[in-house]
Amino acid sequence: MSFFAAIGRSFLILLSAIGRVTLFAVETVSHIARPPYYPRELATALLQIGYFSLPVVGLTTIFTGGALALQIYAGGARFSAEAVVPQIVAIGIVRELGPVLVGLMIAARVTSSIAAEIATMKVTEQIDALVTLSTNPMKYLTLPRVLAATLVVPVLVGIGDVIGIMGGYMVGVNRLGFNAATYLTNTIDFLEALDIISSLVKGAVFGFIAALMGCYFGMRSGRGAQGVGAATKGAVVAASVLILAANFLLTELFFAA
Amino acid sequence: MIEIQGITKAFGTKEVLRGVDLTVPKGESMVIIGGSGTGKSVTLKCILGLIPPDDGVVLVDGQDVTHMKQGSEERDAFLARFGMLFQGAALFDSLPVWQNVSFRLLRGSLKKSKDEAREIAKEKLRRVGLTPDVADLYPAELSGGMQKRVGLARAIAADPEIIFFDEPTTGLDPIMAGVINDLIREIVVEMGATAMTITHDMSSVRAIADDVAMIHNGKVRWSGPVGDLDGSHDPYLHQFVTGSAEGPIEALR
Ligand SMILES: Nc1ncnc2c1ncn2[C@@H]1O[C@H](COP(=O)(O)OP(=O)(O)OP(=O)(O)O)[C@@H](O)[C@H]1O
Ligand SMILES: [Mg+2]
Repeated sequence: MSFFAAIGRSFLILLSAIGRVTLFAVETVSHIARPPYYPRELATALLQIGYFSLPVVGLTTIFTGGALALQIYAGGARFSAEAVVPQIVAIGIVRELGPVLVGLMIAARVTSSIAAEIATMKVTEQIDALVTLSTNPMKYLTLPRVLAATLVVPVLVGIGDVIGIMGGYMVGVNRLGFNAATYLTNTIDFLEALDIISSLVKGAVFGFIAALMGCYFGMRSGRGAQGVGAATKGAVVAASVLILAANFLLTELFFAA
Repeated sequence: MIEIQGITKAFGTKEVLRGVDLTVPKGESMVIIGGSGTGKSVTLKCILGLIPPDDGVVLVDGQDVTHMKQGSEERDAFLARFGMLFQGAALFDSLPVWQNVSFRLLRGSLKKSKDEAREIAKEKLRRVGLTPDVADLYPAELSGGMQKRVGLARAIAADPEIIFFDEPTTGLDPIMAGVINDLIREIVVEMGATAMTITHDMSSVRAIADDVAMIHNGKVRWSGPVGDLDGSHDPYLHQFVTGSAEGPIEALR
Protein backbone atom coordinates (compact mmCIF):
# COMPACT_ATOMS: atom_id res chain seq x y z
CA MET A 1 0.00 0.00 0.00
CA SER A 2 2.69 2.44 1.07
CA PHE A 3 4.52 1.55 -2.13
CA PHE A 4 1.62 2.78 -4.25
CA ALA A 5 1.15 5.74 -1.95
CA ALA A 6 4.79 6.70 -2.57
CA ILE A 7 4.36 6.43 -6.33
CA GLY A 8 1.16 8.46 -6.14
CA ARG A 9 2.83 11.13 -4.04
CA SER A 10 5.80 11.46 -6.38
CA PHE A 11 3.40 11.69 -9.30
CA LEU A 12 1.48 14.50 -7.61
CA ILE A 13 4.71 16.33 -6.80
CA LEU A 14 5.76 15.99 -10.43
CA LEU A 15 2.40 17.29 -11.65
CA SER A 16 2.52 20.34 -9.40
CA ALA A 17 6.10 21.05 -10.49
CA ILE A 18 5.04 20.91 -14.13
CA GLY A 19 2.20 23.26 -13.30
CA ARG A 20 4.48 25.77 -11.59
CA VAL A 21 7.04 25.69 -14.41
CA THR A 22 4.28 26.20 -16.97
CA LEU A 23 2.89 29.17 -15.05
CA PHE A 24 6.39 30.61 -14.77
CA ALA A 25 6.91 30.19 -18.52
CA VAL A 26 3.57 31.79 -19.34
CA GLU A 27 4.28 34.72 -17.05
CA THR A 28 7.73 35.21 -18.58
CA VAL A 29 6.37 35.21 -22.11
CA SER A 30 3.51 37.54 -21.17
CA HIS A 31 6.02 40.26 -20.26
CA ILE A 32 7.07 40.47 -23.92
CA ALA A 33 3.90 42.44 -24.54
CA ARG A 34 4.11 44.62 -21.43
CA PRO A 35 6.63 47.46 -21.00
CA PRO A 36 8.86 48.66 -19.42
CA TYR A 37 11.65 46.85 -21.26
CA TYR A 38 15.31 46.65 -20.31
CA PRO A 39 17.31 46.66 -23.57
CA ARG A 40 20.65 46.88 -21.76
CA GLU A 41 19.92 43.69 -19.89
CA LEU A 42 18.96 42.01 -23.16
CA ALA A 43 22.18 43.15 -24.82
CA THR A 44 24.27 41.85 -21.92
CA ALA A 45 22.44 38.53 -22.01
CA LEU A 46 22.93 38.19 -25.78
CA LEU A 47 26.64 38.76 -25.34
CA GLN A 48 26.95 36.40 -22.37
CA ILE A 49 24.86 33.58 -23.81
CA GLY A 50 25.75 33.96 -27.48
CA TYR A 51 29.17 35.37 -28.07
CA PHE A 52 30.93 33.87 -25.07
CA SER A 53 29.53 30.40 -25.84
CA LEU A 54 31.18 30.28 -29.25
CA PRO A 55 34.44 28.56 -28.17
CA VAL A 56 32.70 25.75 -26.33
CA VAL A 57 30.24 25.24 -29.20
CA GLY A 58 33.04 25.13 -31.75
CA LEU A 59 35.15 22.68 -29.76
CA THR A 60 32.32 20.27 -28.97
CA THR A 61 30.98 20.08 -32.50
CA ILE A 62 34.30 19.86 -34.33
CA PHE A 63 35.44 16.84 -32.32
CA THR A 64 32.05 15.19 -32.58
CA GLY A 65 31.94 15.68 -36.36
CA GLY A 66 35.40 14.13 -36.67
CA ALA A 67 34.54 11.14 -34.47
CA LEU A 68 31.29 10.64 -36.34
CA ALA A 69 33.14 10.47 -39.68
CA LEU A 70 35.50 7.84 -38.30
CA GLN A 71 32.65 5.73 -36.92
CA ILE A 72 30.55 5.86 -40.07
CA TYR A 73 33.55 4.96 -42.18
CA ALA A 74 34.39 1.98 -39.97
CA GLY A 75 30.76 0.87 -39.69
CA GLY A 76 30.04 1.44 -43.37
CA ALA A 77 33.09 -0.62 -44.36
CA ARG A 78 31.37 -3.74 -43.01
CA PHE A 79 28.96 -3.62 -45.95
CA SER A 80 31.06 -1.64 -48.43
CA ALA A 81 29.19 1.61 -47.80
CA GLU A 82 32.19 3.79 -46.84
CA ALA A 83 31.13 6.36 -49.43
CA VAL A 84 28.13 7.57 -47.38
CA VAL A 85 30.32 9.33 -44.80
CA PRO A 86 29.58 12.92 -45.98
CA GLN A 87 25.82 12.37 -46.13
CA ILE A 88 25.47 10.64 -42.77
CA VAL A 89 27.76 13.10 -41.02
CA ALA A 90 25.64 15.94 -42.40
CA ILE A 91 22.36 14.38 -41.33
CA GLY A 92 23.68 13.25 -37.97
CA ILE A 93 25.10 16.64 -37.10
CA VAL A 94 22.38 18.88 -38.45
CA ARG A 95 19.38 16.88 -37.34
CA GLU A 96 20.53 15.57 -33.97
CA LEU A 97 24.02 16.05 -32.65
CA GLY A 98 24.43 19.74 -33.44
CA PRO A 99 21.32 20.95 -31.61
CA VAL A 100 21.56 18.41 -28.78
CA LEU A 101 25.23 19.00 -28.03
CA VAL A 102 24.88 22.76 -28.23
CA GLY A 103 21.75 22.53 -26.07
CA LEU A 104 23.56 20.48 -23.42
CA MET A 105 26.58 22.76 -23.49
CA ILE A 106 24.27 25.74 -23.01
CA ALA A 107 22.65 23.92 -20.10
CA ALA A 108 26.08 23.41 -18.57
CA ARG A 109 27.39 26.87 -19.24
CA VAL A 110 24.40 29.21 -19.27
CA THR A 111 21.75 27.50 -17.14
CA SER A 112 24.20 27.02 -14.31
CA SER A 113 25.43 30.59 -14.34
CA ILE A 114 21.92 32.06 -14.58
CA ALA A 115 20.68 29.86 -11.74
CA ALA A 116 23.66 30.62 -9.51
CA GLU A 117 23.47 34.36 -10.19
CA ILE A 118 19.74 34.71 -9.61
CA ALA A 119 19.80 32.39 -6.59
CA THR A 120 22.59 34.47 -5.04
CA MET A 121 20.57 37.60 -5.71
CA LYS A 122 17.60 35.98 -4.03
CA VAL A 123 19.59 34.84 -1.01
CA THR A 124 21.23 38.24 -0.51
CA GLU A 125 17.86 40.05 -0.81
CA GLN A 126 18.80 41.69 -4.11
CA ILE A 127 15.56 40.42 -5.63
CA ASP A 128 13.61 42.03 -2.79
CA ALA A 129 15.62 45.21 -3.33
CA LEU A 130 14.66 45.21 -7.01
CA VAL A 131 11.00 45.04 -6.06
CA THR A 132 11.31 47.93 -3.62
CA LEU A 133 12.98 49.94 -6.38
CA SER A 134 9.84 49.46 -8.50
CA THR A 135 11.49 46.98 -10.84
CA ASN A 136 9.79 43.71 -11.64
CA PRO A 137 12.41 40.90 -11.42
CA MET A 138 10.56 38.92 -14.08
CA LYS A 139 10.99 41.82 -16.51
CA TYR A 140 14.47 42.83 -15.42
CA LEU A 141 16.09 39.42 -14.89
CA THR A 142 14.03 36.62 -16.41
CA LEU A 143 12.69 37.98 -19.69
CA PRO A 144 16.02 39.35 -21.06
CA ARG A 145 17.79 36.05 -20.37
CA VAL A 146 15.04 33.83 -21.77
CA LEU A 147 14.54 36.03 -24.81
CA ALA A 148 18.27 36.27 -25.50
CA ALA A 149 18.73 32.50 -25.26
CA THR A 150 15.76 31.80 -27.52
CA LEU A 151 17.12 34.17 -30.14
CA VAL A 152 20.80 33.34 -29.98
CA VAL A 153 20.98 29.59 -29.39
CA PRO A 154 19.60 28.84 -32.92
CA VAL A 155 22.48 30.92 -34.25
CA LEU A 156 24.91 28.93 -32.13
CA VAL A 157 23.36 25.70 -33.42
CA GLY A 158 23.75 26.91 -37.01
CA ILE A 159 27.39 27.70 -36.38
CA GLY A 160 27.83 24.39 -34.55
CA ASP A 161 26.32 22.51 -37.50
CA VAL A 162 28.79 24.09 -39.91
CA ILE A 163 31.76 23.43 -37.64
CA GLY A 164 30.62 19.85 -37.00
CA ILE A 165 30.43 19.19 -40.72
CA MET A 166 33.86 20.79 -41.04
CA GLY A 167 35.17 18.34 -38.44
CA GLY A 168 33.84 15.44 -40.48
CA TYR A 169 35.25 16.98 -43.65
CA MET A 170 38.71 17.38 -42.17
CA VAL A 171 38.81 13.77 -41.02
CA GLY A 172 37.23 12.57 -44.26
CA VAL A 173 39.68 14.37 -46.51
CA ASN A 174 42.86 14.05 -44.46
CA ARG A 175 42.46 10.62 -42.90
CA LEU A 176 39.95 8.67 -44.98
CA GLY A 177 41.03 9.71 -48.45
CA PHE A 178 37.88 11.49 -49.64
CA ASN A 179 38.14 14.01 -52.46
CA ALA A 180 37.61 17.47 -50.98
CA ALA A 181 35.25 18.79 -53.66
CA THR A 182 33.16 15.61 -53.76
CA TYR A 183 32.83 15.58 -50.00
CA LEU A 184 31.39 19.10 -49.99
CA THR A 185 29.03 18.62 -52.95
CA ASN A 186 27.75 15.38 -51.43
CA THR A 187 27.06 17.16 -48.16
CA ILE A 188 25.33 20.13 -49.72
CA ASP A 189 23.28 18.14 -52.20
CA PHE A 190 22.09 15.77 -49.52
CA LEU A 191 20.86 18.27 -46.93
CA GLU A 192 17.29 19.48 -47.27
CA ALA A 193 15.68 22.66 -46.05
CA LEU A 194 13.69 20.71 -43.44
CA ASP A 195 16.93 19.40 -41.91
CA ILE A 196 18.19 22.89 -41.36
CA ILE A 197 14.86 24.29 -40.20
CA SER A 198 14.47 21.49 -37.66
CA SER A 199 17.98 22.15 -36.40
CA LEU A 200 17.30 25.84 -35.81
CA VAL A 201 13.87 25.26 -34.26
CA LYS A 202 15.43 22.79 -31.87
CA GLY A 203 18.03 25.42 -31.01
CA ALA A 204 15.34 27.97 -30.17
CA VAL A 205 13.40 25.53 -28.00
CA PHE A 206 16.54 24.34 -26.19
CA GLY A 207 17.66 27.91 -25.58
CA PHE A 208 14.27 28.76 -24.13
CA ILE A 209 14.35 25.71 -21.85
CA ALA A 210 17.93 26.34 -20.71
CA ALA A 211 17.38 29.97 -19.71
CA LEU A 212 13.93 29.36 -18.26
CA MET A 213 15.18 26.58 -15.97
CA GLY A 214 18.05 28.76 -14.79
CA CYS A 215 15.68 31.57 -13.89
CA TYR A 216 13.00 29.31 -12.40
CA PHE A 217 15.34 27.46 -10.05
CA GLY A 218 17.22 30.65 -9.21
CA MET A 219 14.06 32.50 -8.25
CA ARG A 220 12.91 29.60 -6.06
CA SER A 221 16.26 29.13 -4.36
CA GLY A 222 16.31 28.20 -0.69
CA ARG A 223 18.33 30.18 1.84
CA GLY A 224 22.10 30.29 2.17
CA ALA A 225 24.95 28.87 0.14
CA GLN A 226 23.29 25.47 0.28
CA GLY A 227 20.20 26.91 -1.36
CA VAL A 228 22.29 28.36 -4.20
CA GLY A 229 24.04 25.03 -4.73
CA ALA A 230 20.78 23.09 -4.79
CA ALA A 231 19.17 25.60 -7.17
CA THR A 232 22.09 25.40 -9.59
CA LYS A 233 22.18 21.62 -9.57
CA GLY A 234 18.41 21.38 -10.01
CA ALA A 235 18.44 23.85 -12.88
CA VAL A 236 21.16 22.05 -14.84
CA VAL A 237 19.60 18.61 -14.33
CA ALA A 238 16.12 19.80 -15.25
CA ALA A 239 17.36 21.73 -18.29
CA SER A 240 19.39 18.73 -19.58
CA VAL A 241 16.56 16.24 -19.15
CA LEU A 242 13.97 18.59 -20.64
CA ILE A 243 16.24 19.35 -23.61
CA LEU A 244 16.65 15.64 -24.37
CA ALA A 245 12.92 15.01 -23.96
CA ALA A 246 12.05 18.00 -26.15
CA ASN A 247 14.57 16.77 -28.72
CA PHE A 248 12.75 13.47 -28.95
CA LEU A 249 9.38 15.17 -29.35
CA LEU A 250 10.68 17.57 -31.99
CA THR A 251 12.33 14.77 -33.95
CA GLU A 252 9.03 12.90 -33.82
CA LEU A 253 7.25 16.02 -35.02
CA PHE A 254 9.62 16.80 -37.90
CA PHE A 255 10.68 13.42 -39.18
CA ALA A 256 8.29 10.65 -38.10
CA ALA A 257 6.68 9.29 -41.23
CA MET B 1 0.37 57.14 8.03
CA ILE B 2 1.09 53.43 8.33
CA GLU B 3 -1.31 51.23 10.28
CA ILE B 4 -0.51 47.58 10.89
CA GLN B 5 -3.40 45.52 12.22
CA GLY B 6 -3.05 41.99 13.52
CA ILE B 7 -0.28 40.82 11.20
CA THR B 8 0.60 37.16 11.66
CA LYS B 9 3.27 35.17 9.88
CA ALA B 10 4.54 31.63 10.35
CA PHE B 11 7.33 29.89 8.47
CA GLY B 12 6.34 26.24 8.51
CA THR B 13 5.43 25.49 12.09
CA LYS B 14 7.41 28.41 13.46
CA GLU B 15 5.13 31.32 14.34
CA VAL B 16 7.21 34.46 13.99
CA LEU B 17 4.54 37.16 14.15
CA ARG B 18 1.43 36.48 16.25
CA GLY B 19 -0.62 39.60 15.72
CA VAL B 20 1.46 42.75 15.42
CA ASP B 21 -0.41 46.05 15.77
CA LEU B 22 1.43 49.29 15.17
CA THR B 23 0.64 52.81 14.00
CA VAL B 24 3.18 55.22 12.60
CA PRO B 25 1.81 58.75 12.07
CA LYS B 26 2.87 60.67 8.97
CA GLY B 27 6.18 62.46 9.30
CA GLU B 28 7.20 60.60 12.45
CA SER B 29 10.14 58.41 13.16
CA MET B 30 9.31 55.04 14.68
CA VAL B 31 12.09 52.82 15.97
CA ILE B 32 11.53 49.10 16.40
CA ILE B 33 13.60 47.26 18.94
CA GLY B 34 13.55 43.67 20.09
CA GLY B 35 15.68 40.58 20.46
CA SER B 36 17.48 38.97 17.58
CA GLY B 37 15.15 36.76 15.55
CA THR B 38 11.92 38.19 16.94
CA GLY B 39 10.63 39.15 13.49
CA LYS B 40 11.54 42.83 13.13
CA SER B 41 12.87 42.44 9.59
CA VAL B 42 9.92 40.20 8.72
CA THR B 43 7.54 42.94 9.92
CA LEU B 44 9.05 45.49 7.54
CA LYS B 45 8.94 42.99 4.68
CA CYS B 46 5.28 42.27 5.40
CA ILE B 47 4.46 45.97 5.13
CA LEU B 48 6.23 46.14 1.76
CA GLY B 49 4.56 42.93 0.61
CA LEU B 50 7.91 41.19 0.06
CA ILE B 51 6.66 38.51 2.43
CA PRO B 52 2.91 37.97 2.28
CA PRO B 53 1.47 37.98 5.83
CA ASP B 54 -0.74 35.01 6.75
CA ASP B 55 -3.35 37.29 8.26
CA GLY B 56 -3.98 40.92 9.13
CA VAL B 57 -3.90 44.10 7.09
CA VAL B 58 -1.51 46.95 6.44
CA LEU B 59 -3.03 50.34 5.67
CA VAL B 60 -0.94 53.11 4.18
CA ASP B 61 -2.85 56.40 4.24
CA GLY B 62 -5.99 54.35 4.76
CA GLN B 63 -5.42 52.21 1.67
CA ASP B 64 -5.17 48.44 2.12
CA VAL B 65 -1.82 47.46 0.63
CA THR B 66 -1.78 43.81 1.71
CA HIS B 67 -4.02 42.59 -1.08
CA MET B 68 -2.52 44.41 -4.04
CA LYS B 69 -1.66 42.26 -7.02
CA GLN B 70 2.06 41.86 -7.77
CA GLY B 71 3.03 44.10 -10.66
CA SER B 72 -0.28 45.99 -10.68
CA GLU B 73 -0.22 49.74 -11.21
CA GLU B 74 -1.44 50.57 -7.73
CA ARG B 75 1.32 48.42 -6.25
CA ASP B 76 3.90 50.15 -8.43
CA ALA B 77 2.59 53.50 -7.26
CA PHE B 78 2.73 52.29 -3.65
CA LEU B 79 6.33 51.09 -3.96
CA ALA B 80 7.40 54.30 -5.71
CA ARG B 81 6.79 56.13 -2.40
CA PHE B 82 9.14 53.85 -0.47
CA GLY B 83 12.82 53.56 0.15
CA MET B 84 14.30 50.60 1.98
CA LEU B 85 17.70 49.85 3.43
CA PHE B 86 18.08 46.09 3.81
CA GLN B 87 19.84 44.54 6.77
CA GLY B 88 22.45 43.01 4.44
CA ALA B 89 22.57 46.13 2.22
CA ALA B 90 21.44 44.01 -0.79
CA LEU B 91 23.47 45.98 -3.33
CA PHE B 92 23.40 44.78 -6.93
CA ASP B 93 26.88 43.41 -7.36
CA SER B 94 26.74 43.59 -11.15
CA LEU B 95 26.47 47.40 -11.05
CA PRO B 96 28.99 50.02 -9.90
CA VAL B 97 28.19 51.94 -6.74
CA TRP B 98 26.78 55.05 -8.40
CA GLN B 99 24.37 53.02 -10.54
CA ASN B 100 23.24 51.21 -7.41
CA VAL B 101 22.50 54.51 -5.70
CA SER B 102 20.65 56.03 -8.64
CA PHE B 103 19.05 52.76 -9.78
CA ARG B 104 15.60 54.30 -9.66
CA LEU B 105 16.73 57.42 -11.50
CA LEU B 106 18.17 55.47 -14.42
CA ARG B 107 14.94 53.74 -15.44
CA GLY B 108 11.19 53.80 -15.05
CA SER B 109 8.95 56.75 -14.28
CA LEU B 110 11.61 58.75 -12.41
CA LYS B 111 14.17 58.47 -15.22
CA LYS B 112 16.72 61.26 -15.44
CA SER B 113 19.67 61.83 -17.73
CA LYS B 114 22.77 59.79 -16.98
CA ASP B 115 24.84 62.81 -15.93
CA GLU B 116 22.12 64.08 -13.65
CA ALA B 117 21.65 60.65 -12.07
CA ARG B 118 25.39 60.42 -11.48
CA GLU B 119 25.49 63.82 -9.82
CA ILE B 120 22.60 62.89 -7.52
CA ALA B 121 24.36 59.63 -6.67
CA LYS B 122 27.53 61.49 -5.69
CA GLU B 123 25.54 63.94 -3.60
CA LYS B 124 23.76 61.13 -1.74
CA LEU B 125 27.07 59.34 -1.23
CA ARG B 126 28.48 62.49 0.29
CA ARG B 127 25.54 62.65 2.69
CA VAL B 128 26.31 59.18 4.01
CA GLY B 129 29.98 60.10 4.44
CA LEU B 130 31.44 58.50 1.33
CA THR B 131 33.83 60.27 -1.05
CA PRO B 132 33.02 60.57 -4.79
CA ASP B 133 35.82 58.19 -5.77
CA VAL B 134 33.73 55.35 -4.33
CA ALA B 135 31.19 55.94 -7.10
CA ASP B 136 32.94 53.85 -9.72
CA LEU B 137 33.87 50.91 -7.50
CA TYR B 138 31.83 47.72 -7.40
CA PRO B 139 30.04 46.70 -4.18
CA ALA B 140 32.37 43.72 -3.68
CA GLU B 141 35.28 46.18 -3.41
CA LEU B 142 33.74 47.92 -0.38
CA SER B 143 33.89 47.12 3.32
CA GLY B 144 30.72 45.98 5.09
CA GLY B 145 30.10 49.38 6.67
CA MET B 146 30.64 51.15 3.35
CA GLN B 147 28.18 48.79 1.65
CA LYS B 148 25.66 49.60 4.34
CA ARG B 149 26.04 53.30 3.67
CA VAL B 150 25.72 52.81 -0.08
CA GLY B 151 22.49 50.92 0.66
CA LEU B 152 21.38 53.88 2.72
CA ALA B 153 22.22 56.29 -0.09
CA ARG B 154 20.20 54.13 -2.48
CA ALA B 155 17.22 54.10 -0.12
CA ILE B 156 17.08 57.90 0.01
CA ALA B 157 18.14 58.59 -3.60
CA ALA B 158 14.67 59.27 -4.99
CA ASP B 159 13.59 61.30 -1.93
CA PRO B 160 10.91 58.82 -0.82
CA GLU B 161 8.04 59.76 1.50
CA ILE B 162 8.36 56.61 3.58
CA ILE B 163 11.70 55.07 4.45
CA PHE B 164 12.56 51.81 6.19
CA PHE B 165 16.01 51.35 7.67
CA ASP B 166 16.94 47.86 8.80
CA GLU B 167 19.85 48.30 11.21
CA PRO B 168 21.43 51.37 9.55
CA THR B 169 24.30 51.70 12.01
CA THR B 170 25.24 48.06 12.57
CA GLY B 171 28.86 47.55 11.56
CA LEU B 172 29.75 51.25 11.61
CA ASP B 173 32.27 52.96 13.84
CA PRO B 174 30.75 55.21 16.54
CA ILE B 175 31.51 58.44 14.69
CA MET B 176 29.99 57.22 11.45
CA ALA B 177 27.03 55.84 13.40
CA GLY B 178 26.51 59.36 14.74
CA VAL B 179 26.61 60.80 11.22
CA ILE B 180 23.99 58.30 10.05
CA ASN B 181 21.76 58.96 13.07
CA ASP B 182 21.86 62.67 12.29
CA LEU B 183 21.11 61.98 8.64
CA ILE B 184 18.03 59.92 9.47
CA ARG B 185 16.82 62.59 11.88
CA GLU B 186 17.40 65.23 9.18
CA ILE B 187 15.43 63.28 6.58
CA VAL B 188 12.47 63.06 8.94
CA VAL B 189 12.58 66.64 10.16
CA GLU B 190 13.58 68.49 6.99
CA MET B 191 12.00 66.35 4.30
CA GLY B 192 8.99 65.35 6.37
CA ALA B 193 9.46 61.67 5.62
CA THR B 194 7.90 58.89 7.65
CA ALA B 195 10.60 56.54 8.90
CA MET B 196 10.67 53.10 10.46
CA THR B 197 14.05 52.05 11.76
CA ILE B 198 15.18 48.77 13.27
CA THR B 199 18.16 49.04 15.56
CA HIS B 200 19.88 47.29 18.44
CA ASP B 201 21.82 50.38 19.42
CA MET B 202 20.16 52.25 22.29
CA SER B 203 22.03 55.48 21.55
CA SER B 204 20.66 55.30 18.01
CA VAL B 205 17.17 54.84 19.43
CA ARG B 206 17.47 58.00 21.46
CA ALA B 207 18.92 59.93 18.52
CA ILE B 208 16.43 58.85 15.88
CA ALA B 209 13.12 58.01 17.50
CA ASP B 210 9.93 59.95 18.07
CA ASP B 211 8.21 56.72 19.06
CA VAL B 212 9.57 53.33 20.04
CA ALA B 213 7.99 49.90 19.72
CA MET B 214 9.40 46.77 21.24
CA ILE B 215 8.60 43.44 19.61
CA HIS B 216 8.74 40.38 21.79
CA ASN B 217 7.33 36.93 21.22
CA GLY B 218 5.60 37.88 17.98
CA LYS B 219 3.71 40.87 19.36
CA VAL B 220 4.32 44.50 20.19
CA ARG B 221 5.22 44.27 23.85
CA TRP B 222 5.50 48.01 24.47
CA SER B 223 5.15 51.15 22.44
CA GLY B 224 5.27 54.81 23.29
CA PRO B 225 7.19 58.05 22.90
CA VAL B 226 10.94 57.82 23.26
CA GLY B 227 10.78 60.00 26.38
CA ASP B 228 8.83 57.30 28.24
CA LEU B 229 11.47 54.69 27.57
CA ASP B 230 13.27 55.06 30.88
CA GLY B 231 10.22 55.74 33.03
CA SER B 232 8.46 52.56 31.91
CA HIS B 233 7.90 49.82 34.45
CA ASP B 234 7.59 47.08 31.84
CA PRO B 235 10.18 44.54 32.98
CA TYR B 236 10.82 43.29 29.44
CA LEU B 237 11.48 46.78 28.12
CA HIS B 238 13.55 47.65 31.16
CA GLN B 239 15.75 44.62 30.68
CA PHE B 240 16.21 45.43 27.00
CA VAL B 241 17.00 49.09 27.52
CA THR B 242 19.52 48.39 30.25
CA GLY B 243 20.99 45.45 28.37
CA SER B 244 20.86 43.21 31.39
CA ALA B 245 21.21 39.44 31.30
CA GLU B 246 18.89 39.17 34.32
CA GLY B 247 15.16 39.56 33.70
CA PRO B 248 12.08 38.02 32.11
CA ILE B 249 13.69 37.67 28.66
CA GLU B 250 15.62 34.40 28.69
CA ALA B 251 19.20 34.67 27.58
CA LEU B 252 20.14 31.09 26.88
CA ARG B 253 23.74 30.24 27.55
N1 LIG C 1 12.22 33.58 4.40
C1 LIG C 1 12.21 32.96 5.60
N2 LIG C 1 12.00 31.64 5.66
C2 LIG C 1 11.99 31.00 6.86
N3 LIG C 1 12.18 31.60 8.03
C3 LIG C 1 12.39 32.92 8.04
C4 LIG C 1 12.43 33.68 6.81
N4 LIG C 1 12.67 34.97 7.12
C5 LIG C 1 12.78 35.01 8.46
N5 LIG C 1 12.63 33.79 9.01
C6 LIG C 1 12.65 33.49 10.44
O1 LIG C 1 11.87 34.44 11.11
C7 LIG C 1 12.47 34.83 12.32
C8 LIG C 1 12.55 36.34 12.41
O2 LIG C 1 13.46 36.81 11.45
P1 LIG C 1 13.85 38.33 11.31
O3 LIG C 1 14.85 38.40 10.22
O4 LIG C 1 12.63 39.15 11.17
O5 LIG C 1 14.52 38.63 12.70
P2 LIG C 1 14.98 40.03 13.27
O6 LIG C 1 14.06 40.40 14.36
O7 LIG C 1 15.15 41.00 12.15
O8 LIG C 1 16.39 39.64 13.88
P3 LIG C 1 17.79 40.44 13.80
O9 LIG C 1 17.74 41.50 14.82
O10 LIG C 1 18.80 39.39 14.16
O11 LIG C 1 17.94 40.94 12.42
C9 LIG C 1 13.83 34.17 12.38
O12 LIG C 1 13.77 33.14 13.32
C10 LIG C 1 14.04 33.59 11.02
O13 LIG C 1 14.64 32.35 11.09
MG1 LIG D 1 16.64 41.72 11.08
